[in-house]
Amino acid sequence: MNNINSSDLSVTKLIEKSLEKRNQKERYFRIYGLSSLVIAVVFLLTFFASIISTGYQAFIKTDIELEVFLDSEVIYPNGTKTAEDLFFVDYDSLIFTSLKEQLPELKNRNERRQARLILSSGASYQIQNKIIKDKSLVGQTVSFILPLDDEVDMYLKGYVDTESSENSRKITDFQIALVENLNKKGLIHKNFNTTLFVSGDSREPELAGILGALVGSFMMLSITFIISFPLAVSAAIYLEEFAKKNMWTDFLEVNINNLAAVPSIIYGLLGLAIFINFFGFPRSAPIVGGLVLSLMTFPVVIIASRAALKSVPPSIRDAALGLGASKIQTTLHHVVPLALPGMLTGSIVGMARALGESAPLIMIGMVAFVVDIPTSITEPSAALPVQVFLWSDAPERGFAEKTSAAILVLLVFLVLMNSLAIWLRNKFQIKW
Amino acid sequence: MEEELDSNFITVGNIKTEKSVIMNVEDCNVYYGDVHALKNVNMEIGKSEVLALIGPSGCGKSTFIRCLNRLNDTIDIARVTGKISLDGQDIYSDYINSSGNMDVVLLRARVGMVFQKPNPFPKSIFENVAYGPKIHGLTKDKQDLNDLVESCLVKVGLWDEVKDRLEDSGTSLSGGQQQRLCIARAIAVQPEVILMDEPCSALDPIATERIEDLISELKQNYALVVVTHSMQQASRISQRAAYFHMGNLVEVDSSEKIFNDPSHALTTNYISGRIG
Repeated sequence: MNNINSSDLSVTKLIEKSLEKRNQKERYFRIYGLSSLVIAVVFLLTFFASIISTGYQAFIKTDIELEVFLDSEVIYPNGTKTAEDLFFVDYDSLIFTSLKEQLPELKNRNERRQARLILSSGASYQIQNKIIKDKSLVGQTVSFILPLDDEVDMYLKGYVDTESSENSRKITDFQIALVENLNKKGLIHKNFNTTLFVSGDSREPELAGILGALVGSFMMLSITFIISFPLAVSAAIYLEEFAKKNMWTDFLEVNINNLAAVPSIIYGLLGLAIFINFFGFPRSAPIVGGLVLSLMTFPVVIIASRAALKSVPPSIRDAALGLGASKIQTTLHHVVPLALPGMLTGSIVGMARALGESAPLIMIGMVAFVVDIPTSITEPSAALPVQVFLWSDAPERGFAEKTSAAILVLLVFLVLMNSLAIWLRNKFQIKW
Repeated sequence: MEEELDSNFITVGNIKTEKSVIMNVEDCNVYYGDVHALKNVNMEIGKSEVLALIGPSGCGKSTFIRCLNRLNDTIDIARVTGKISLDGQDIYSDYINSSGNMDVVLLRARVGMVFQKPNPFPKSIFENVAYGPKIHGLTKDKQDLNDLVESCLVKVGLWDEVKDRLEDSGTSLSGGQQQRLCIARAIAVQPEVILMDEPCSALDPIATERIEDLISELKQNYALVVVTHSMQQASRISQRAAYFHMGNLVEVDSSEKIFNDPSHALTTNYISGRIG
């Protein structure tokens, strides 16, 4: 009896001793985990802080409010008053006349030229469009909100160092004085930058927008989803439920996994060779981009769908087969509904990856400078990530904040898509 | 006691049934890859009787029962030889339905199965029972289907418990209720044989008793083959019993004989609790 008691005591001691070690290991592991999490969060925050701090001003733009007299003698110099005439009017002179009223201090030609450059070159188009829409305005004085040149915009947003030498910046001391003068008169306003969301690309930063790229990306993603989801899901169902496991399917599996890891630029080359050179599809068009992204997303969705099908418990298949359901009934009635949330999540994650992909699109010519908003999938178009690439390369300072703004928009869409994936998963998940 | 049985071992007892034969198994062998899982099994299965399959784990009971509705087909590496017939038709040699031979779908409709772990579909209780009749087109209209579902749920004694929540998920029921739902699902297809693979192993004693009562009732209309680990259960519910050992069918006879006076030494050892 004594013997057992003493041995009991030593067992307790041994366990206590080992417990100390185990607890220490657990503590270390928690510290490792926590510190890696902290590092990840710090990187993420730095990334967001950097993008938001450079990009947030892009959502604001500076405009000038001008009363412009729409002089019918300038607009209809020949007195013919035909609609075509309106395209050849010197609207710049109308703006300048109005500007001169606000800035009587302009003396010589050089000063007048500098004053004219305060406004964006897009300002005259704005007046032209308004007159084409409503011809009765001719002869009246109309108040316009006109965009300022990007350099002035930069100055007003505080990016220009006025202490630096005049030669090192694009805005002259004289222009700064004029802008300050206009500002004092209360003519300069800061507004929400709607241009960013309603126009296509432009050479002028103050006129450039991401709508063309958004529409292009949306068209491509729709094509990608329509093509890759049904194809990949069918392939996954066939491989997982119907194909016999043999050398051939093993070979296929290795290849599919390989394809998922192939650099995306290779898909771009493939698309260039097949869709554009062989089938003669138009360059730079969303149809080709969508097809290329489908090829790229395809293996990712197959892998995700197969994993989802694998996670369906075999007991459900047994139950259906045992009742006399055929293989296809078992699969479509029971297995696929249970796997669908996983399949959808996988394909949305794959699509999110496709949305952020620029390399393959550059290969098929989507890097072209496209101003128009595409209206069909065969028209030349931009894409969000390529727009980021293009703007980041532009020399104008105004494009730097536009680049960050485009990245922010891209990130917002990625977050939305991933949230959709989680929402769909929760909605369609069948509770046990 | 791990004595190997001779490969030409012949089952002792009586492989014939006293009732009329519904299924007949001749020289059935099953291989999983290189593993010889079931060796030379010969046995008759009779109408309106409960045949209990007993034996230690891994002896081939479940393998055997899955041969009877060809569920082994779903395992790629499984290979079945020999002849198993249902009403005189070979269920393995050919399964092209149009030529009058057995289709695997038709076979599984005629030979239903209840599994070890209750596995209701994650659909409504109604849908669980209605699924089989629906895919086989057994009912004329909605009313017909409703009646069939009700009668099946009544037969398994679940109707009063679930009649007010037929639209609830089958998985929301308790373990015992789920297993009765699975039995209702199986009998809704009106099979001739019902295979049960340890139907009570995941259930508490009260639920087990209900299933046992149910088995005794079902015996009137169906042939039942029940795998069980409980000798008491086997002796309570079965008319015939078969003892499997390491892939061999050692002995098959009336339950009375098997549980009171087994002929083979291996059976004696198992029954008396010395192995298994």
